[in-house]
Amino acid sequence: MRETSVKVWSSVGLAVALVAVACGTQTNNSGKIGGTVHVLAVWSGSEQASFQAVLKPFEEQTGIKVLYEATRDQDAILTTRVEAGNAPELASAPSPSLLARFVREGKVVALDQILDMNKLRSDYDKSWIDLGTINGKLYEIFSWTALKGLVWYDPKVWNAKGYKVPKTWDDLIALQNKMKQDGTTPWCIGLESGSASGWPGKDWIEEIVLTQAGPTVYDAWWQGKQKWSSPEIKQAWQTWGQILGPNDSNVFGGKNNILATNFGDAGTPMFANPPKCLMHYQASFITDFFVKAVPTLKAGEDFTFFPIPDVNSQNAGAHVVAGDTFSVFKETPQSRALIAYLATAKAQAIWVKRGGKLSANKEMNLSDYPDDISKSLADALVKTKVAKFDAGDLMPGAMGTNFWKAALAFVSNQNELDSILANLDKIQQTAYTS
Amino acid sequence: MDFSVLLTDIPTLLAVVLGVPLVLAAYIVGGEYLVRRLPDKNRPQLRPWLWVGPAIFLVAAILLIPAVFTVIQSFQDNVGTFVGLQNYSTQLADFPSGGAWIAIRNNIVIWLIFYTLFVLAFGLILAVLFDRVQYETMVKSLIFMPMAISSVALGVIWKFMFWYQPAGSPQTGTMNAIVTVLHHDPVAWLQDQWPNGLAVLNNLALIGAATWGITGFSMVILSAALKGIPGELLEAARVDGAGELTVFRRVIFPLMMPTIVVVGTTLVIFALKAFDVVYVMTNGNYSTDVLAFRMYNLLYVSRDPAGASAVAIILLVAVIPVLIFNLRQFRAVEARR
Repeated sequence: MRETSVKVWSSVGLAVALVAVACGTQTNNSGKIGGTVHVLAVWSGSEQASFQAVLKPFEEQTGIKVLYEATRDQDAILTTRVEAGNAPELASAPSPSLLARFVREGKVVALDQILDMNKLRSDYDKSWIDLGTINGKLYEIFSWTALKGLVWYDPKVWNAKGYKVPKTWDDLIALQNKMKQDGTTPWCIGLESGSASGWPGKDWIEEIVLTQAGPTVYDAWWQGKQKWSSPEIKQAWQTWGQILGPNDSNVFGGKNNILATNFGDAGTPMFANPPKCLMHYQASFITDFFVKAVPTLKAGEDFTFFPIPDVNSQNAGAHVVAGDTFSVFKETPQSRALIAYLATAKAQAIWVKRGGKLSANKEMNLSDYPDDISKSLADALVKTKVAKFDAGDLMPGAMGTNFWKAALAFVSNQNELDSILANLDKIQQTAYTS
Repeated sequence: MDFSVLLTDIPTLLAVVLGVPLVLAAYIVGGEYLVRRLPDKNRPQLRPWLWVGPAIFLVAAILLIPAVFTVIQSFQDNVGTFVGLQNYSTQLADFPSGGAWIAIRNNIVIWLIFYTLFVLAFGLILAVLFDRVQYETMVKSLIFMPMAISSVALGVIWKFMFWYQPAGSPQTGTMNAIVTVLHHDPVAWLQDQWPNGLAVLNNLALIGAATWGITGFSMVILSAALKGIPGELLEAARVDGAGELTVFRRVIFPLMMPTIVVVGTTLVIFALKAFDVVYVMTNGNYSTDVLAFRMYNLLYVSRDPAGASAVAIILLVAVIPVLIFNLRQFRAVEARR
């Protein structure tokens, strides 16, 4: 009796062990790696569908199942997960300041050993690799990039009204005044974005600071060495106030609509009949949202763009760029395979073809861009003389989020600019030390 | 859902599935074995502690000890040096709009008063009225239903209810559709800091959404208390010539008072803990911040655990009197049974 039970138990144990071994490695004959990999990123809705399309060939080829999780509250979710020891293997775009902190704490895997660096160096311009390098090691790769500081408009409407693309900042102000005289609201702006609400306003300020006060002030500003209440930064807010108009009257729907409208829907009234506004300021990814909202729109015919004029002509050619980066938080065969895949032009081309994304990868064919707009965007990206990373993303988390909130507060009541800036100064004093 | 991930770590899986029940069983059997060896008169003293022990251990490990650490951390900076009351003075600086003041005002004035009042009033009215209708169970289930919705989903639903489009555009949000039918301009319920930047309107909009979710809870409890009032009492009052309103005011209401107080204090605690609706609907913008959300932001966004601890302690201090009052009342109601 006793002997039988020992036998039974040992065979059960053996079976469990075999299952464990089988699940642990799961290398089968076809050479597929198998297993799973978790990815955390900000894309939901149509953007998520595009990302899933990117992942599909990878999953088929390697047999690895990618478990994708989307959140707009990226920094908070990722911090919680990392601190709980439950980080996803891969995550996209934590803000650079948060990534730097994770690097200091040793929570991120250096990619130098994982990726073929020679290939990476030949594929990407040095500036992109430098942006992802902290203390001499590479911690993130740029799968896609976006060009910021673009003004979108409907060329048919503009031709009918005889509006010309403004070459200088003064032209732009003159144009918006003319539009108002003609009885149309110049701008469409939407700042709502869940827990990241306010960031499109931040984009305005960044571009204005960069082209008004110049790259030196821009760098000192995000590094916390330039006060918010300093004349340069205050002037940038006032310049944005000039765009918004007194009590936000230059914007369709006024302040309530600016605050209540999601950034993705903000540009849609431009395509109403008659148009509710004539210009929308947003990065290159917004084309995806235009087409999803109004499927009949044709890129180039129904919407096109011009880079917003430099406020100060001395700083011509400076642009804020942004990127979709990926970092590895846990090294597994699966995460190694996925990060290598996401660095390839082949993977990036899938989303580029679907629209809304640019790639900084030199291997990318210009013919992969689906339309003339994205081709000229890619061209503009290459031609940008001074490429600066999004200042709000470079600032420490507390500074960045309060920057967004300040944009909301400014739109709510432009007269409170001084107290808004004083508050940001106070946060600046502590945010950089912790 | 793919459960294959569970199989990636077999030893842990076995430890959890087999180990935990095993340890518990061993604790109970072993403990009982030891207690039985004691002399008869000592057994009743020890046995309750044996049974309540694991609960005490868990409460201490998950609640008490972290709470003590939070108190300690609230007096330190983020590297662990003692800084006295500095974290508190940062949070309480610049009255009335700086530091945590907006969150404190929203929590301790607006949420505490209006949330509690709305939920109690609606719960009471619905309980009394439904007591008189034929399909009571059915309508009560309907009112109770939102309780089953997660508060995040609730926030999303109400965000759509409060959706704003500028005047002249078709209003897809229910509230603004109603408002425009009444020939009023659409209202940005969640963004408009009416009146004069005091932000009463948008806070009330959030409270309205939260109220919808919890009214069923207060209704069910109050309704149970109402059913507990003996019919003869009401009969006697009516025979004495009391109208229905007088019966409610003089008989039903006083008899329900203990239950109302218990439900009310529970709601006060809910109001102080408010988080999810704010997080989903406004993200604390437009002067709708609350303490719990501020704490979350300080901890995970600003990465300022010391500041977050100070906010947590402010919240704790605000809750403690209510908690004590609630427990006393609860005991009083129990004792009267």
